[in-house]
Amino acid sequence: MKSNRVLLSILGWVIGFIIFFPILWMVMASLKTEIEAVATPPSFFFIPTLENYFVVQNRSDYLNYAWNSIVISVFATLLAILIAVPASYSFAFRPTKRTKFKLVWILSTKMMPPVGVLIPMYLFYKNMGLLDTHLGLILIYTLMNLPIVIWVLYTYFKDIPQEILEAAQMECDDLLKIFLYILLPLSKSAIFSTSLLSIVLIWNESFWSLNLTAFEAAPLTAFISSYSSPEGLFWAKLSAASTLAILPIMFLGWVTQKQMVKGLTLGAVK
Amino acid sequence: MKALKAMFIAALVGASAAMTAYAEKLTIATVNNSDMIIMQELSSEFTKKTGHELNWVTLEENVLRQRVTTDIATGGGQFDIITIGAYEAPMWGKDGKLVPLSDMPASYDMDDVFPTVRDLLSHNGVIYALPFYAESSFTFYRKDLFANAGLTMPAEPNYRQFRAYAEALHDPESGVYGVCLRGKAGWGENMAYVTTMVNAFGGRWFDMNWRPQLDSPEWKEALTYYVDILNNFGPPGASSNGHNENRALFASGKCGMWVDATSAAGYIYNPSDSKVHDKTDFTRAPSARTDRGTGWAWAWALSIPKSSKKTDAAKQFLAWSTSKEYVDLVGERKGWTVAPPGTRKSTYNDNYYKAAPFARTVLNSIMAMDPTKSTLLPVPYTGVQFAAIPEFQSIGTQVGQFVAAAVAGQMSVDEALEKSQAATDRIMRQAGYY
Repeated sequence: MKSNRVLLSILGWVIGFIIFFPILWMVMASLKTEIEAVATPPSFFFIPTLENYFVVQNRSDYLNYAWNSIVISVFATLLAILIAVPASYSFAFRPTKRTKFKLVWILSTKMMPPVGVLIPMYLFYKNMGLLDTHLGLILIYTLMNLPIVIWVLYTYFKDIPQEILEAAQMECDDLLKIFLYILLPLSKSAIFSTSLLSIVLIWNESFWSLNLTAFEAAPLTAFISSYSSPEGLFWAKLSAASTLAILPIMFLGWVTQKQMVKGLTLGAVK
Repeated sequence: MKALKAMFIAALVGASAAMTAYAEKLTIATVNNSDMIIMQELSSEFTKKTGHELNWVTLEENVLRQRVTTDIATGGGQFDIITIGAYEAPMWGKDGKLVPLSDMPASYDMDDVFPTVRDLLSHNGVIYALPFYAESSFTFYRKDLFANAGLTMPAEPNYRQFRAYAEALHDPESGVYGVCLRGKAGWGENMAYVTTMVNAFGGRWFDMNWRPQLDSPEWKEALTYYVDILNNFGPPGASSNGHNENRALFASGKCGMWVDATSAAGYIYNPSDSKVHDKTDFTRAPSARTDRGTGWAWAWALSIPKSSKKTDAAKQFLAWSTSKEYVDLVGERKGWTVAPPGTRKSTYNDNYYKAAPFARTVLNSIMAMDPTKSTLLPVPYTGVQFAAIPEFQSIGTQVGQFVAAAVAGQMSVDEALEKSQAATDRIMRQAGYY
């Protein structure tokens, strides 16, 4: 029994290391010189240098990109949650015969490749003056994440016993109060973890951010892209830029890991 | 005295207001490569001189192309200056999407720009982009390995000799592969090189009626040679190696020969980047049935979209960043080996030749490129490693995938060419060429 636990523990560490390895490799590459970063066979032992981080900071305004990422991901998530919570409530507690169809239809919008609507969206954004603005990206990310957010919250709301709400409705007929005092405390973890998931998805999205921004509203995905090149070896600098780009989101994930896991596994085991 | 003082202050205020009103904020979309990064670093000199500030949008080449194409096609107006290549400049100029640049001031000295490079960026004699640097392709080879094997590289090698050298140098047990060539799929990756090879073997993309010629014996001969030499004397996994991977392999001493962009010579020659900086020599790209179109013709250039509202300030930046003075500034501040090559006659001075021994071979390769006569048989298109038509990006990408699959052994050369011919034929029909 004990040996099984040890084996499982070792297996867990090995899998964890495999998952973490690309990040470790990226951080190592960011501390090498360009010639060491492309050397074959690769070197595991080397004299680390912070030169790439200084070069990246001198060439690009990292804080501006990071600030844009934070503003866009937080506000788009807030907006998505504000729309998704009542929508999911309605789907879960007031279903109609078309609810299933509507849910599938909402999800189906995620299946279209974004490039298919690039030109119309670009023209729309151009005419509305939304190109290279925070508002432009907040709107598109809200719409993009709404299906996922609605589905996750709907799945959670469906697991709340209907009887609790019915009992509450017998005491009070104000829907807002029922929502604020009964439903919200019950679903705090789910809303929190869904928000984190949404922030991560927005943080990593690059198609729209690269196409709809230039400088003013460009987030960290645009920052990373500026260090990638098919002609010219900038792997160490690219790794430094990538490390800087994922630092805030990794920190957020690390600080909130308990809530995130709790929220994502709620209702998974009954 | 008081009146004089007041007049002086008023003049100062007026001048400062005029300066403020004139100073613009220009947004520049550019590609991420060493030359452009140097330009970004030195651009504070331009701001000091003119007062214009610069917002840099630096992007990876493919992303830049997609981004700029969308902006140009929709008249988005997000950029005041864009970095484009020899493929886009004449097409977009013809379509009226770019500001013509034939009226540059005399001080710019347009005659100093190589006529071939000017032609690459012009349509009907009107230039639409000013060249930042130009490149052809040539052969990098290891002179130490050649000497050890008792071989001498001729000034103008042919593909028969090239194969024999690759075989003689190939020694994978010592970590040296005979030849490194682009194998990664993409119209700007493997197809840039393969097209120059097809040109050398006497092939062409289209006949005079725009019918694809990928099922011709010339294409078969060229592709069979390419697949054979890469599989027998190339590095493992050659179908995933693009310019960067081969650059890293060559710089770390793993390749006997490499045919690629002349602009990589500065990197290979730099001791801090390359282990073979003192063991490398350069010669022309190999020929076969013809030497036409054996070295490609490319220029990265700066242009102004018609949608920009700051044309005058943008023109000032173009004039500064592609000028003789800028080349001198790079030479003085960053060293002559990294001066933008291939655009101006004045660049090729004693300082440059002294610092960059590869300069003469690069110049010869650039002087030899002629996008209007790149094939043995007549063609309706211009371009050496591409056909300058809007459909080529899509054609080149698809054919590149079939060619990479042939190198990886996933299909035969015949099958790859058959599928390439069918795909190209379909695109050309849909586009209404016949």
